[in-house]
Amino acid sequence: MAIKQLTVFVENKKGTMVSVTDILSQNNVNIRALSIAETKDFGILRLIVNDDKTAIKALTDKDYLVKSIDVVGVKIGDAPGKLTTALDVLDKANINVEYLYAFMARTEKHAYVVLRVGNNAEAEAALENAGYHLITEADICKL
Amino acid sequence: MAQNYYQKEIETMPVEDLKKLQSEKIVKQVKHVYENVAYYRNLMDEKGVKPEDIQSIDDLHKLPFISKADLRDAYPYGLLAKPLNECVRIHSTSGTTGRRVVAFYTQNDVDLWEDCCARAIVAAGCDEKDVCQVAYGYGLFTGGAGLHGGSHKVGSLTLPMSSGNTDRQIQFMMDLNATLICCTPSYAAYIGETLKEQGYKPEDIPLKAGIFGAEPWTEEMRRGIEETLGIKAYDIYGLTETSGPGVAFECCEQTGMHVNEDHFYPEIIDPDTGEVLPEGEKGELVFTALDKEAFPLLRYRTRDICVLSRKKCSCGRTLIKMAKPMGRTDDMLIIRGVNVFPSQIETVLLNEGYQPNYQIVVGRVNNTDTFDVNVEMNPEQFTDIVSDVLAMEKSLANAMKTMLGINPTVHLVAPKSIARSEGKAVRVIDTRKLV
Repeated sequence: MAIKQLTVFVENKKGTMVSVTDILSQNNVNIRALSIAETKDFGILRLIVNDDKTAIKALTDKDYLVKSIDVVGVKIGDAPGKLTTALDVLDKANINVEYLYAFMARTEKHAYVVLRVGNNAEAEAALENAGYHLITEADICKL
Repeated sequence: MAQNYYQKEIETMPVEDLKKLQSEKIVKQVKHVYENVAYYRNLMDEKGVKPEDIQSIDDLHKLPFISKADLRDAYPYGLLAKPLNECVRIHSTSGTTGRRVVAFYTQNDVDLWEDCCARAIVAAGCDEKDVCQVAYGYGLFTGGAGLHGGSHKVGSLTLPMSSGNTDRQIQFMMDLNATLICCTPSYAAYIGETLKEQGYKPEDIPLKAGIFGAEPWTEEMRRGIEETLGIKAYDIYGLTETSGPGVAFECCEQTGMHVNEDHFYPEIIDPDTGEVLPEGEKGELVFTALDKEAFPLLRYRTRDICVLSRKKCSCGRTLIKMAKPMGRTDDMLIIRGVNVFPSQIETVLLNEGYQPNYQIVVGRVNNTDTFDVNVEMNPEQFTDIVSDVLAMEKSLANAMKTMLGINPTVHLVAPKSIARSEGKAVRVIDTRKLV
């Protein structure tokens, strides 16, 4: 059920981001969603892409440290309060969210939320029981 | 300026008499070491030298060298020349390359060491009327104990502050009118800056002199410290292996350090051939303890690059002078007064599951050493959670602190990002401008 997120270790230096996005574009990889957490020294780049295998190989070949991890993707309504309602479900199920980021759908009136949680299976179950549609790898490719 | 000496007879002894004294001592010392230290006896036997071959100080070159590696091999008792029940104290280095050097002292050894420190204090213009603030670390480190003992010998009122707690240092300095401060030059500079920030002008500060050592410092730093504190700043040299600070000390001329050569005989050798070089030539500094009892190192290679000079000194002392060391023959760094070998960093990384891909960056900000270690991120430990990666940095820094005794700032960097020249990584970047 879960979707793949690429996690890339990047140094907090001028030109690092453009180098990563350049490698992806040259390999025809399309970025669906992106978030970065940075400190003074380094950043951790989180990417949802249409072709994770190609992306991993391309970045690893260029000596980037890349890890693929499973995250939970969920579709929510595009209206005030919808994110709160979804997070409330996880909170009630006692699921800790490490971080999240969101992106808009192009056509539908929906938003997608990517969640990094302690336990994917529990989070997915809680969200599905509450009537949410979880996004899959197949959905990502169609986006 | 009228000159005072702590032990005038020795400090101003004619060179021929000094040589006679050194010759008498070395003959006795070689016999003592040969009889009591199996480790060194073996070195002498291997070289085919017998104690009888040493008839004067001129025969010293016949003896084998002792190196840091020998100290490690012989740890802890292998070079001990007296029964433990005659020893009264140990001191130790900061823990170099996995194994510390432990030096033993009899009461006589402590006395002669403290005499050397007392000579330094008197040469800095102080006597029993002075108040001596010892802000070197106390404990295994020789800095605190050496100057503390020297100050006692001189009869100065001794403030055993140890290092750190700058506000308290300043409070005692001002309230008790400290006139002499002994610490590392970087700490002196830091205290000076703090006093300045608190609004003190040099004329408000009771200090008149400072004795600074245990780490490299520049003439520029000396001027800065002298200006902010309104003092004369004197250099002092020593190492745990020979006893501690006070092996050599500066006089009012401030042009090099007089070696206490009635106790510690200096030689300059070619580090590659081991051949003794004539006075005035640059080479590796070697010390022989002429009358230490418990831990008497003969021809100990310090790895410091240095020059000796017998030029007449205006202070009246006849003791030979050594220049401030100009570098090292090995890769040892002195950071904030602590000896750091890159191989120690390597050991920590391997212990913690990292590849030994690292770079040490040493600099100096506001006269204090900065110490950063860049480490290539370990792919296995990499996670997407920032706090986890920060915790990895912290835990590496802690492990390094345990090994080295000083705290580095660790930066995790991308794999293969550390600059390599001709395939070999550049391990150390030292941007401090020294000597």
